[in-house]
Amino acid sequence: MKNSKKIFVNGSLLIVESLARSGADVFVGYPITPSNYLYLYSTKRLPLTFHAPDEITTLQWMCGLSASGKLPVTATSFPGFALMIESINMAYMMELPMVIVLAQRLGPSTGTATCGASGDLLLIKGMISGGYPVPTFAISDFKDCWELPQEAVKTALTLRTPVIVLTSKEITMTNRSFDIETLKDIKKIERKFYNSEETYIPYKPEENFVPQFLPLYSNKHQVRLTASTHDQKGILQHSTKEALENTARLQKKIVSNLKDFTFYEYIEDGNQNLIVTFDVSSNISKEAIRELRKENKKVSLLVAKTVVPVPEVYYEIISKYKKVYVVEENLNGQLCEILFGNKTPNNVIKINSIGKMISIDKIKEEVRKNG
Amino acid sequence: MDKKLLNSNKLPFCAGCGHHLIAQNTQKALENLNIDPLDVILVSDIGCHGIIDKFSNSHTVHGLHGRSVALAAGISLGLKNKGKKVIVFIGDGGATIGMQHILEAARLDIDLTVIIHNNMLYGMTGGQASGFTPKGFITTTTPSESKTRNYDICQIALAAKASFVARVVAKPDFSNVIEEALKNEGFSLIETLELCPSYALKMNKGMKLQTILDNIGEKEFVVKNENYRWDFYTNSTDDLLEKIKKIEKKYESKIDKTLCVQLSGSAGEGVQTAGEAFSYGGIVAGLSVNQRGSYPVTVGVGFSTSEVILSPEDDCTYNVNSPDIIIITSVDGLTVNIEKLKTFKGKLYLDSSLETPQTEAEIKRYDFRKFGPKNSSVFSLFYLLKENDIYPIQSFIEGLELANLKDKVEVEKFKTELGI
Repeated sequence: MKNSKKIFVNGSLLIVESLARSGADVFVGYPITPSNYLYLYSTKRLPLTFHAPDEITTLQWMCGLSASGKLPVTATSFPGFALMIESINMAYMMELPMVIVLAQRLGPSTGTATCGASGDLLLIKGMISGGYPVPTFAISDFKDCWELPQEAVKTALTLRTPVIVLTSKEITMTNRSFDIETLKDIKKIERKFYNSEETYIPYKPEENFVPQFLPLYSNKHQVRLTASTHDQKGILQHSTKEALENTARLQKKIVSNLKDFTFYEYIEDGNQNLIVTFDVSSNISKEAIRELRKENKKVSLLVAKTVVPVPEVYYEIISKYKKVYVVEENLNGQLCEILFGNKTPNNVIKINSIGKMISIDKIKEEVRKNG
Repeated sequence: MDKKLLNSNKLPFCAGCGHHLIAQNTQKALENLNIDPLDVILVSDIGCHGIIDKFSNSHTVHGLHGRSVALAAGISLGLKNKGKKVIVFIGDGGATIGMQHILEAARLDIDLTVIIHNNMLYGMTGGQASGFTPKGFITTTTPSESKTRNYDICQIALAAKASFVARVVAKPDFSNVIEEALKNEGFSLIETLELCPSYALKMNKGMKLQTILDNIGEKEFVVKNENYRWDFYTNSTDDLLEKIKKIEKKYESKIDKTLCVQLSGSAGEGVQTAGEAFSYGGIVAGLSVNQRGSYPVTVGVGFSTSEVILSPEDDCTYNVNSPDIIIITSVDGLTVNIEKLKTFKGKLYLDSSLETPQTEAEIKRYDFRKFGPKNSSVFSLFYLLKENDIYPIQSFIEGLELANLKDKVEVEKFKTELGI
C-alpha cells in the first residue's frame, strides 16, 4: 500500500463537512439513532443550529428557514422521517430547497435502532402524493459521504426542491480509515435570487422548468408560497389548466434535469454477470467480486447512487448482461422492484438480507450457482 | 403597491363570519403602525381563514393544516433582524393539531403574532366538534350537545411563557389588541371568538359569544409578560477535518488477507476505545480498517462489542462472513455471543473466569481481567498481538496514543506479564 495520510472517522463527519463546505448553513435537529453523529457534528460545523421538539416541527422550521433564503439540513431515521413526510410534500409543492439525510435502520416501525438496513427506498419512491420523484442519492461508501452531499446541495438549489441523502447505520456510525488526500475540493455553491424590476411570479418556470427563487424578505416584490394546488402566482386554485400544468411541472423539472444529477459507479468485467446494488451492500459486493475474480469468475458492478428517479442508463447497462444480481439489505428487494416491477425477470436474481449485512459468501454462492 | 394589507373589500367568507373582522382589524392595526404590507409575512393554513392569502398584499405562505405556527416560526427565525412582521392566521382545528408548535414558539418567545380564528368547530369540513368546542355547544357531530369541555388555549400559551396573550370576542374594532400584539417583539397569541354562521348559528339559535364565555367561566383579557431573549446557537464553523489526526504508515503488517477481530466485553470496560486503538494500530501498520460497535441502546450497561476488520487492500470491506478471531473478556460479552459461538470455527480467546461455551472454535484462555476490568480490553489485545502476527506491538502502542488511551492503561505491566 502506498504511503498516504489516513484519517479514521465515521461517515457522518464527512457528510457534515461536505454539506457545510457546499453551503448548507443551518441544521434543524431532533435526535434519533443512527443519525445522531450528523446532529452532533453539525452543531460544531454549520453556522446555525436549531433544536426542534419533534420531527414535524423540524421540517416546518426548515421550510420557514428555506423560504427565508437559508439552505437547511436535517438528519433522521425512519420513525422521524415518517413524521416529516407530509411536510416534505409541502416543501416539494412550495419548491423549497433543503437536504434531508435519512440514516436507515432496521424496521418496521421503531425496529432496531442500532441495526443497519436499506429498507426505505420504496417509501421514498412513493412518498409524494401523486407519485412525484424527490431527487434521492444513496451513499455507498466514504467517497460518497464526501461527494454526494455536495451534489445534494447543488441539486436542491438548482432545482428548488428538497433532496434526500439516503445512508444507513453502517455508514453513519462506523469508523473507517480513509486517505484524506483523495478528497476532492468542495466549493461553496453560490445562490442566485431573482433580481429584476419586473413583477416576480413565484412559480413562473425558466427554460429548465425551475422557477427563480426569491426569499420572503424582499421589499420589492410580493412572494407567495403555497402547499395547495396553485397557479404561477402562487394563488390557490381548484384545478384550473394553469394550476394543473404547474403541478405536472414539478415532475417534469426533476425528470428533465435528471442527467445533471445522475451518479453511479460502473465497473465492467465481461458480459455474463452484473451485480446491481446500492448503499452499504456496494462495498460488500466489491469484496465478493474481488474474491470471485480469484476463481476466474468475471462479474461487473453497477452501484446506483442516484436512486430516485431511476436514470435510463441503468437499463442500458443491465441489458448487456445474461445474469443480473440485485444485492440489497432488505427483505424483498426494493431497488429490484423499482427497476423491474413486481415480477422479477428470469435472469434477475435477488440477494437480500435483514438484520445483518449481506454475507460475501452468499453473493459468491449465487454467482457460482447461476453465472 | 397598495399600502393596505387587503387588496379587496370583498372577502371570500360567508356573510356574518367573524373572519371578516379579523382580516379588517389586522389591516387597521398594520395601518395604524404604518407597516408596509411587504414587511409582513402572512402565514395561514387549512380552514376557511386560509383563503385570505389571495386577498393579501403582503408576502403570503399557505401551509399544512395545523403547522402554520411552526412554519411561521421557521420564517421568523430565518428573518431575524430583517424588520419583518410574521402573522399567523390559524383556526381552532389547526391550533389543536399544532398545539405543540404553539407551545414551542411561546417557550422560545419567537417573534410572531398568532391569531386563532376560534369558531369552536370545524367549519370547512362540515361543522364537526373540535377540542375548542365548549360543553353544551351543538355541532354536526354533537347534535344533542357537546358533553366535553374545551381547551383554554390562552392559559396553555401562558403556561408555555407566551409574552403576549389576549382573548377577544370578534367585534367591529379590536385593532388595538392586534396593534399591541404586533408591537411585542416576541410571541403573541390572540384567541378571537366567533360563531360560524353556516353551522354554529344555525344549530345554536340565539347563542351569544358572551353567554358562552360566561358559561365556561372565561373572559376577554390582554396580558403582556416580560420578553425572553436568547441567543441563536451559532457555531464555530471550523473545518472538521482540521482537527482530525492524520496518520502515516510507520510499520509493516504481516497479514495478506482480510482479518476480522471481534472484541466483546462489558459496557464501561473500554471495549470501544480499545477497538479504536487497535484500529489506529492497524492504520499505523499500513492497513485499511473498518471498526463498528454494537451495544444495547442503553449504552452504559450490558454487553459491548467492537468489531475491527483489517485489510491489506485499499478499501477495507464493511463486513465479513464471520470473524476470524473472537475475544471475550466478561460474562456480558459471553452471553451475547452464545448463539454465534455454536457455529464459530475460528480462534476464541476467553477470559479464564468464564464457563466454556458450546463452540467449534479453538479456545485459548487467559486472565484478561488480571489488571482490573478497565484494563481488560486493551490487555486482551496485547495478548492477541503476541499470539498472532497481525501487526507489531509498537504499532498498537502508537494506536493507544492516538486513541488517548496510553496513559490510562498499564502498558508496562502488560508487557512484563506477557514477556514482550
